[in-house]
Amino acid sequence: MQPELLTWLIPLPPVLAFALIVLFLNRSNRLSHTLAVGAMTLSWALAMVVFWRAITTADLGLHPIAASINWLPAGREALRFGVLIDPLSAVTLFFVAWTCLAIFVYSIGYHNFGKPRDPEDRPGLPPHAGGIEPMYARFFAFISLFAFGMLTLVVSDNLLLLFMGWEIMGLCSYLLIGFWYGKESAKKAMIKAFITTRVGDVFMLLGIAWLYSYTGSLNFREILYNPELLQSLHTPAFPELAARIPALYPMLSSVSVAGAIGLLLFMGTVGKSAQWPLHVWLPDAMEGPTPVSAMIHAATMVSAGVYLAARFFPLLTVGWHEGDPLTTAMKVVAFIGAFTALFAATIALTQNDIKRVLAYSTISQLGYMVAAVGIGAYAAAVFHLVTHAFFKALLFLGSGSVIHGMEHGVAASSTHAADAMPGQEGPAGVRKTHEHVDAQNMSNMGGLRRKMPVTFWTFLIGGFALSGFPLITAGFWSKDEILADAFGNGHLAVFLALALAALLTAFYTMRQITLTFLGQPRTQAAEHAHESVWTMTAPLVVLAVFAVAAGWAGIPEHFPGLGGLVPNWFQDFVVGALPEHPETLAFNPIPLLTSVVVALGGLFLGWLVYRRVRAGAEDPLKKPLGLLYTVWERKYGFDELYSWAFVRPAYWFAGTFVYRWLDRGVVDGILHGVARIALRLGSALRNYFDVPVINGTADRVGQGIKRAGQEFRVLQSGRVQQYLIVGLVFAGILLSYILVVKP
Amino acid sequence: MIPLSWYLILAAALFCIGLYGVLARRSAVAILMGIELMLNAVNLNLVAFWRYLTPSLIAGQAFAVIVFAVAASETAVGLALIISIYRRRATTVADDINLMKW
Repeated sequence: MQPELLTWLIPLPPVLAFALIVLFLNRSNRLSHTLAVGAMTLSWALAMVVFWRAITTADLGLHPIAASINWLPAGREALRFGVLIDPLSAVTLFFVAWTCLAIFVYSIGYHNFGKPRDPEDRPGLPPHAGGIEPMYARFFAFISLFAFGMLTLVVSDNLLLLFMGWEIMGLCSYLLIGFWYGKESAKKAMIKAFITTRVGDVFMLLGIAWLYSYTGSLNFREILYNPELLQSLHTPAFPELAARIPALYPMLSSVSVAGAIGLLLFMGTVGKSAQWPLHVWLPDAMEGPTPVSAMIHAATMVSAGVYLAARFFPLLTVGWHEGDPLTTAMKVVAFIGAFTALFAATIALTQNDIKRVLAYSTISQLGYMVAAVGIGAYAAAVFHLVTHAFFKALLFLGSGSVIHGMEHGVAASSTHAADAMPGQEGPAGVRKTHEHVDAQNMSNMGGLRRKMPVTFWTFLIGGFALSGFPLITAGFWSKDEILADAFGNGHLAVFLALALAALLTAFYTMRQITLTFLGQPRTQAAEHAHESVWTMTAPLVVLAVFAVAAGWAGIPEHFPGLGGLVPNWFQDFVVGALPEHPETLAFNPIPLLTSVVVALGGLFLGWLVYRRVRAGAEDPLKKPLGLLYTVWERKYGFDELYSWAFVRPAYWFAGTFVYRWLDRGVVDGILHGVARIALRLGSALRNYFDVPVINGTADRVGQGIKRAGQEFRVLQSGRVQQYLIVGLVFAGILLSYILVVKP
Repeated sequence: MIPLSWYLILAAALFCIGLYGVLARRSAVAILMGIELMLNAVNLNLVAFWRYLTPSLIAGQAFAVIVFAVAASETAVGLALIISIYRRRATTVADDINLMKW
């Protein structure tokens, strides 16, 4: 079959599954998950066929798999929708399809399919004793829609369709983060995630509008593969504004139209990929079920942000060539990326929630990719996007498996409630019969490697990939490439920030592994934890394979020893998506040594510091770091800052201004005034017109008739003979009239 | 031969007697009898006119026969009503049967 046709079909199965589950199948859990997983498998198979066709096509960048139709005729032109598989979307499609499928299968086990439903479980709250999720079918409907959004986004050939997929995912992330809507924290998190990403999306929409008004098109190929068009965008964006404000002249005049549009679109990335300053929603998104976290943090939403940044790389870098100093727009992007990478890594050091650590690590790793885009290391950014998707999905699903095992442990140990550990109190109100142990807090774990071997080994692989364990793991190759690019092109500040972030990454990853899996169990719950079912562990194993093997596709050619054993296929393939291909960098030992040292050093230090943490003991870093630890633990106070700067003013605006003044005062005032006038008019009409005239006339007519009837009714005596006499009289009168008067 | 006017005078007298009975008698049965008298007075007229004016046509006799039939049925219905009322109200006095009052 035509690969174009297959590409059209890729997003369809999940959306059909969504519709069928929502409309017809939601009563049956088995049918729902069979349909959802079946649809995703179909999409996966289509995606693999298309991917295979893509990588076997010579010069895919020049001759991409593309097709489009007229979708919305508008005036002389028509808005065209279509599909496009170029090297960038091909590799994205590859990892999206794999991770989505793994997550779908994993969800079956995670939501305890096959277990009876606990009568105490309520829809909207997580099941607490290993019963099946009360809203099982609904979950599969939502993730199917989510997968549809992502696949649409990936295969789209224009910015508008991409934006639609983007927003569908935004909706689904809202629905899924708040999947357990009975929890207050989940409700807040869903609103936070939705509104925060909306901020970025508004800027992105502005960028789309600006781009369209300048170029008259939203098609990727027409804009990004058109050097003349791109050159024409290389004009100052704000000449008048720059001339009017001399203080900002150097900064404003250096922003080209392309750079400004690129930055606006990049704001969409900042929101979706949780970059500083819009990073706050992502850690809170951990309130959703774990497969959701993996969907949002690995396979779909956050990747979509970086995908967009990579997609608009040619626009962002207009007027820049390999080796030139960075343009202003690129500097902004590189700064935000590098800053976020370091910033989130420091917060991750101090978090105790197993999923929150991963959330901050995701923010940090996304910062890597964004920084790579910012310094022009396109291939490295995309490479890290792919490898990160695999190992982060692995880590999230692994952490879900850990939480799942811990929850079983909590349920099992509740029978030994008497010897529950003191001083550990989970969120209140989950189950009052015993002291609750927070199944997500790493200080309650420990020693899980013996209880959950598959989870341990796969988590270890994922964690090492995240830390960039040298030579073996995928994360090493992709991270090394970014560092090498930053160093080789002389972006020393970015290089240092990223290297430091890499050190912290290795440290907190090892901290997490040590606290969770090594040592001795610190609670009864950890003692009673056990391995998860095969539907959960099988996806872990598959993803673990990719977390290692995905790196082999991109080993630099000039790497000593290993380089050249496998061709650096990835780089050659992916840069095909760009109109002009950058040079490959010469090998430099400094960044390589740096990344090896920080990875191994961080891992070792993490193990050293955390290997002997006792139950109930405080974090060993707390004392030496002092105030800094508190600042990190409180996440630099961004939540409080935003609450003070935006949320509370918004509440004030809504409560005092809009509600009390505008709504109660002005709108209600007008309404009440109109109502009062109408009331007066109505009562006047009633008193002076309706009652005397209309009612009076009607009453008088009625009364008159009634009275007349009373007067005349005596005539009707009911006596036949009287009637007859009257008849006789009248007959006599008539007769005499006829006989006497008439002739 | 007896002149026509004699018959007519007899019929008028009969009619007046019947009318008086209808109007003045208290008993409903007597009222019915008065009605019979009035109807037969009319019949007398019809037959007399036929005999004296158009003896060759049959219409006068036919008319009289029809009046007999109507009178018989009217009496039957009337008597049935009177019996029914008598059973209910134990009276045949016309003034007491004022059911058609307001």
